[in-house]
Amino acid sequence: MKLSKAQYDEIAQFLGHVQPTRQSLRKLKEKFPSQSQSTLLSIFSQEYQKQIKRTHAKHHTAEAVETYYQRYLNGVMKNAAAPVLLELANEVDFAPSLMARIVLERFLQEREQAIPSKTLINSMLRDPSQIPDGVLANQVYQCTVNDCCYGPLVDCIKHAIGHEHEVLLREMLLEKNLSFIAEDQLRAKGYDKTPDFILEVPVAVEGHIIHWIESKASFGDESSHQAYLQDQFWSYWNSFHNLRPRLYCILFVQR
Amino acid sequence: MAAVLELLLREEVAVGAVLRWLRQGPGHRPAEENHIHDKLVSLSLLQKDFVPFLLNFLREQTSQILTNGPSTPAKTPNSKAHGSQRTGSERRAGHATSSRVQLFSQRTSVTSCTTDTSFSPAAASSGSSSFSGSNLSSPCSDFPSMASSSSPSFGYSPVLNHSERRSSQKASLGSFLTATPEALPVRRGRRKGGSAVSASGRQVPRDMGRSLAEEEDGKNDSPSWSGGRRKRSEVPLVSARSPPSQLNLNNLEEFPPMGAASGWTNKSKPSRRINPTPVSAERPLSKPKTCFTSTPVSQSPTARFSSGSSLEAFSTVQEGNLTSAISSSLQEEREMLKKERCKLLHQASSPAGISLDPGTPTKPSYTRSASLPAESHLVTCADPAKISCKKQLECLAQLYSSCIAENLVPNIFLELFFVLQLLTSKGTSTAEEEEESDLEVNEGSKNASGRQHFRSVHNCVYFAVQVLDYQYEIISHLEKGTLKFLAENERIASFSPTLHERLKQAYESSTAKVSLLLPCSVQSVSFQPETDNRSNFPSDRAFHIFKKQRDIFYELLREWEDNHEKTGWDFERVLGNKIRAMMAHLSATCNHSHFARLFQKQLIQMCKGPVGGGASWGDTPDQDVLNMLGPDNLSRLKRLQERFVVPQSIRGPCPPPSFPGCQQFFRDFILSAGSYQFNQHLVDSLCLKILELDGLTLVEHEHSDGEADMDEQDEKKRFTVVLLSLRLLAKFLGFLVFLPYRTVEQPTRDLQDSAVALRNQTLPVLDVLKLLRRSIRDHRSILTVPWIVEFLSLADHIAPFLDYYRKVFCLLLQVYRLMVLSEDKEMSFLNKLLILAVLGWLFQVPSVPEELFFATDVRQEGVMVDTVTSAQALDSVPLVDQQLLYTCCPYLGELRKLLASFVAGSGAKNGGFIRKITPTAAESLAPKASVTQRKLQVELEQAFFHNQPPSLRRTVEFVAERVGSNCVKHIKATLVAELVQRAEVMLQDKVKEEDANHDKLLEEVCAHLYEEGAQALIKGREFCKKKGPEAVRVLLPEETSAAVLSSAEDIAVELATEKACGWLSANIAALIKREVKATFNRMLKVPGLPLPSEEALELRRDCPPGCQHRAPFPSQIINEIKDVLCVAVGPRDEDEVIDHDWLESLLGRLSQTLRCRKFMCPTSEQQLAKCTVELASLLVSDRVPLSAGIKPPEKSSERLRVKNNPTYGLLKLLLSVWKEDFGMPVPVQLMFSRKNIGYLSEVKQREWDLFLFMLHGLVEHDLMRTSEIESCLRSLGELPWPSDFLKELEMLSRVFTSEHHREEPRTNPRELTRQSLGTVTAQS
Repeated sequence: MKLSKAQYDEIAQFLGHVQPTRQSLRKLKEKFPSQSQSTLLSIFSQEYQKQIKRTHAKHHTAEAVETYYQRYLNGVMKNAAAPVLLELANEVDFAPSLMARIVLERFLQEREQAIPSKTLINSMLRDPSQIPDGVLANQVYQCTVNDCCYGPLVDCIKHAIGHEHEVLLREMLLEKNLSFIAEDQLRAKGYDKTPDFILEVPVAVEGHIIHWIESKASFGDESSHQAYLQDQFWSYWNSFHNLRPRLYCILFVQR
Repeated sequence: MAAVLELLLREEVAVGAVLRWLRQGPGHRPAEENHIHDKLVSLSLLQKDFVPFLLNFLREQTSQILTNGPSTPAKTPNSKAHGSQRTGSERRAGHATSSRVQLFSQRTSVTSCTTDTSFSPAAASSGSSSFSGSNLSSPCSDFPSMASSSSPSFGYSPVLNHSERRSSQKASLGSFLTATPEALPVRRGRRKGGSAVSASGRQVPRDMGRSLAEEEDGKNDSPSWSGGRRKRSEVPLVSARSPPSQLNLNNLEEFPPMGAASGWTNKSKPSRRINPTPVSAERPLSKPKTCFTSTPVSQSPTARFSSGSSLEAFSTVQEGNLTSAISSSLQEEREMLKKERCKLLHQASSPAGISLDPGTPTKPSYTRSASLPAESHLVTCADPAKISCKKQLECLAQLYSSCIAENLVPNIFLELFFVLQLLTSKGTSTAEEEEESDLEVNEGSKNASGRQHFRSVHNCVYFAVQVLDYQYEIISHLEKGTLKFLAENERIASFSPTLHERLKQAYESSTAKVSLLLPCSVQSVSFQPETDNRSNFPSDRAFHIFKKQRDIFYELLREWEDNHEKTGWDFERVLGNKIRAMMAHLSATCNHSHFARLFQKQLIQMCKGPVGGGASWGDTPDQDVLNMLGPDNLSRLKRLQERFVVPQSIRGPCPPPSFPGCQQFFRDFILSAGSYQFNQHLVDSLCLKILELDGLTLVEHEHSDGEADMDEQDEKKRFTVVLLSLRLLAKFLGFLVFLPYRTVEQPTRDLQDSAVALRNQTLPVLDVLKLLRRSIRDHRSILTVPWIVEFLSLADHIAPFLDYYRKVFCLLLQVYRLMVLSEDKEMSFLNKLLILAVLGWLFQVPSVPEELFFATDVRQEGVMVDTVTSAQALDSVPLVDQQLLYTCCPYLGELRKLLASFVAGSGAKNGGFIRKITPTAAESLAPKASVTQRKLQVELEQAFFHNQPPSLRRTVEFVAERVGSNCVKHIKATLVAELVQRAEVMLQDKVKEEDANHDKLLEEVCAHLYEEGAQALIKGREFCKKKGPEAVRVLLPEETSAAVLSSAEDIAVELATEKACGWLSANIAALIKREVKATFNRMLKVPGLPLPSEEALELRRDCPPGCQHRAPFPSQIINEIKDVLCVAVGPRDEDEVIDHDWLESLLGRLSQTLRCRKFMCPTSEQQLAKCTVELASLLVSDRVPLSAGIKPPEKSSERLRVKNNPTYGLLKLLLSVWKEDFGMPVPVQLMFSRKNIGYLSEVKQREWDLFLFMLHGLVEHDLMRTSEIESCLRSLGELPWPSDFLKELEMLSRVFTSEHHREEPRTNPRELTRQSLGTVTAQS
């Protein structure tokens, strides 16, 4: 899917400060009917993540955590069925899943008198049934289900998309008769960081030589592209010598 | 100094405190947190001197034991005083001198022995050098002088062969020297004696320039050597206090018996030779000798440099001074030897005689008995029960070990050698008695550090074992043979069973066989066609002259090869004029640079092999020797060589630099030529080559094709070749650069100062400092340091004092200190060990000033280490193996020899200990052709290539390399893969059988496969045979003649096979094991073995036949379900509903998606399962606002509601999707979670029928068993629900239970459901 920079910017601008909920996404869809939902979601998610990255710290100060927790307690005391946590998150401009995590952590800390382990928290977020408090379980579940940018469900969707595209890409490569080595084969040989595919015989696309292909489920905006370069590509570069970060660009344009 | 030790030994200060105190010394950053013991604070100025003091102390304390002559009177009087008073540097000096002495030892002997008879056989053999070695070593050790001479601290003298020690009674060279000061321009007296003894061997002669090299002299004057023998006989005459007037350096006596010894096996002979048979008559009179270690020497600076005069001869010429009168006591000695032998034989046959050897009682202690027939029964058995001062010994051991571990000692291997000496020391009971009296005296003094802690063998051994235990890591990295001796050492076994056990394991697991096999290609003299090119020359004349010179050069080389071992052949005399004439021609045509290049290439070609790389170790046959004798005489040669080799055997771990083998020719050539121009060109050429090699990129860091093994092997090989070449070139460069400044003796202070002032103005030829800094920065010190060490080892006496070289030494010292041995990422252990070994050796080289190590403030030169590891970072790559380590540092073999000499058990039958020195060749695949045949073959091949265009050779080598490599890959992909599969099957079976020890299991299975692994060689050979010729044929020009082609093919196949099979035979077992292990680990990781039901599910892993893969993506479906869940969970708008039909179609698509497996991944499927269960829960509790469809009329009858409620349809769909379409178990039990039941409890108008319907559905679809549901319901009942809800829940549970128990098999569950529902609602 090709998307011009202008279009992207327009969408991004619209997003501004919106909550990562179903409702926001619906509005977005109404505003940009020509874009597919997945594209919009992808951009939304990307932009929202940027926003969260900026504000993440302030929600994690001890005072903030305490405030949120107290507000949650008061809220459920009044009406346990109300979407207390979700509304709280929206009110303070924070991702519901992340808010759920903060409160859950605080809750467990109080209950167990110890700082709970990350794995425990993660598994409770993934399956709120494990949360020892029924009300909180409901609240947390509500948050994770409604969050369209963070949370286990979204992560899983992203993962699924990534996998699907890898399959598609493989399909395309096979169709074009390009010989390649896939990531799992590379891993079997002991590489830690690998691109999805290495072309055994490089090809030229639009005048650029392509040695390897990495497909990303997320939308490739400029900053995330940079970040990927930082994280991954240079390490590929180091271990694969002259693999050039080319196809990545093409791929995200195509998505 | 002593005060510190005193505190320690009195246990007033702990070892740790002393260490902290030491670390604060110069060179260590003070750490505030380290509290320094109060008692030590006041002594802080002494830190620097403490380590030398400690070393001296140990040497001194143990001196008696090590010498173990029965008549040993404690130590030399002064030793003690010295020990405590000398400063480190002084001591150091002593030590250094000793090594220096070694260099010149021959001279010494020569000069000293006036009365010798020439010993022709010896001379005939490999030149004086070898002789001297043998001669010197044995008798000398006994000399009292030695003991005195060696500085206590660094006692370097390596010499301590047991046998030598045993044969103690001889006069020491050192003392001798002192006695005759006028005769010798003796500078470093005793020391030298000691060292000379130790130095021995060929090395000596070959050392430094010809100047030093009296080898020729030796040859000519072999008589001088025999003098030693003579002397021996005279020894008895010498009183203890007055050293004998003759040197007994050479007890060639040992040699003559050789001939006589025909009855013995060859191998045994050498050992005999090593251990000079002491003539008992001498003993009573002989002076007590102290071992080198003990050495405090009062003596004389005067005596120091005995060989001085001869050295002056440096200039070239052999003065005839060596000729000597030869006395003829030979006959007499032979008689004695015969007697000895008789005794020996007798002993060997009677076990009683042998019993002395505590360790190996069963085996005849040949060596020992041979050397000490008479006193053998006095040798003490080391007994752990008899240890005294255990605590103090432990303290000392710990302190000493820490010094070693932190590289505070100048040479760790020297210390290890010392420790092994202690370990193998043989006290005698007489000695003990004497010690006892000593002890009394000492106790009288009440001085803890003055006490004799090492007065008994038991204590020595205990201390040694303790230290070895601390140094286990280093020891475990030694070559296998050494480990074997240690593992078999009975003393270790009885003193520390745990260490014994560890050593045994280390030995068993060690693969570090150091093989000193012949380098497989004989380096024959070959031309370098590149230098032949006319275009390189300004004129035809120059060209022709050069060609002529080349011919002359090779003629000289051949002549040297053929004759240099012959008696009376003298390099200078025979070749000198020819060389000079040639030089004159060169000068006339300005062809120096061409010739220098040729010279250098030839040098590399002939000497870069391990043999040329350093003093030969053990019994490596010198290539040139082989050439000389030719194939026919090879076996004779071998025997001969053994004779020469063995006597040298223990030279100590710090031999002086030398020019072994062919290097000798090149050195002598340079000296004889004496051409400034030539030297300059050669220096340029060497510098260039060194820079080129030093800068090579040796390791490509990416092994992108995954065939790392072969690459690593190649890398290692390449590294080895480059390193050895660099060392060779650097040695010659050092030789040339420092040649003009070489002096025989240490210049006086004044001379030194002026020379330093003068030479500080000049620039170094090669900026080694820069290179060294760069190498440290780039983590390439493993390549650079070893050659810089070679370069510096040839420095003259002044050079280290120059500003520039001082910096270099400082930097090296710093590297040494930093190189603390441990396994870390930065640098592999053996890499460090090599650097430490060569540096340690350098610090012992004579011309390196003794104060350098302890006096230098290390902080002067900052070592900047770049943390960014570049691709150039060689240090982190494990490039060094034991083979390379021992090739570069042949002196490490001394440790093994020392141990070998202790193992008296290896009697004559199995060849004596020489046998142990003999490296076992790695079994090669094919029955190897005999050495001669191989040599001939190689020569033939060389000749073949020589006549062909160079591209042919390149092609053949290339093909061989590639085919060999491909062969290994092929074997891996086929044979190994197959074996691994079989292993997997075997393992699978066995793992099921028993939960037995996995390692053992793995071991067993692998053992099975190893045999089959042997096939790899056959297959590999086939592969090479098939592929090699194809490739050669394709790559060579069409016009190549058939004969050439077939030869080229054969050679290529041969080389490829050698490469591939060499690798395979060495690695196949390891490879199989590794692969099997990896597979096995993978197997174990898969949780649980596949169960039958899961297998059934597995079947669904493929798309149904004819699948078009058009189903919606899983991500899409998850997304949609998520939306439904959102709406259901809320918050939602008032009018927001979910279309029933749409939901139904969603479930339909879900089913499609699940069936097409193409895009499905486990995470997606898991999520889908979870989400659908959630959805079901929400549906059951009526939380999903469904629109359209037929809305159930509010108050219809129950029956109608059930029928019309669209939710039933959805639930049924879900149930069938769960059952039919999911490829994994669906977590339906989540429906009973507190949260999901909670949805139900919140509903005002509870509809239990949906839930009950679900329960029945679950059972019907085999998704849950009745009992499971019952238990879920039961546990739900225990949660705190509102009471009314609880009641309903109980009711429901009862209904469900009763139905399923009563009505099994049910005819119509639906009916039942309805009935029961009626009851439930009625009751609620």
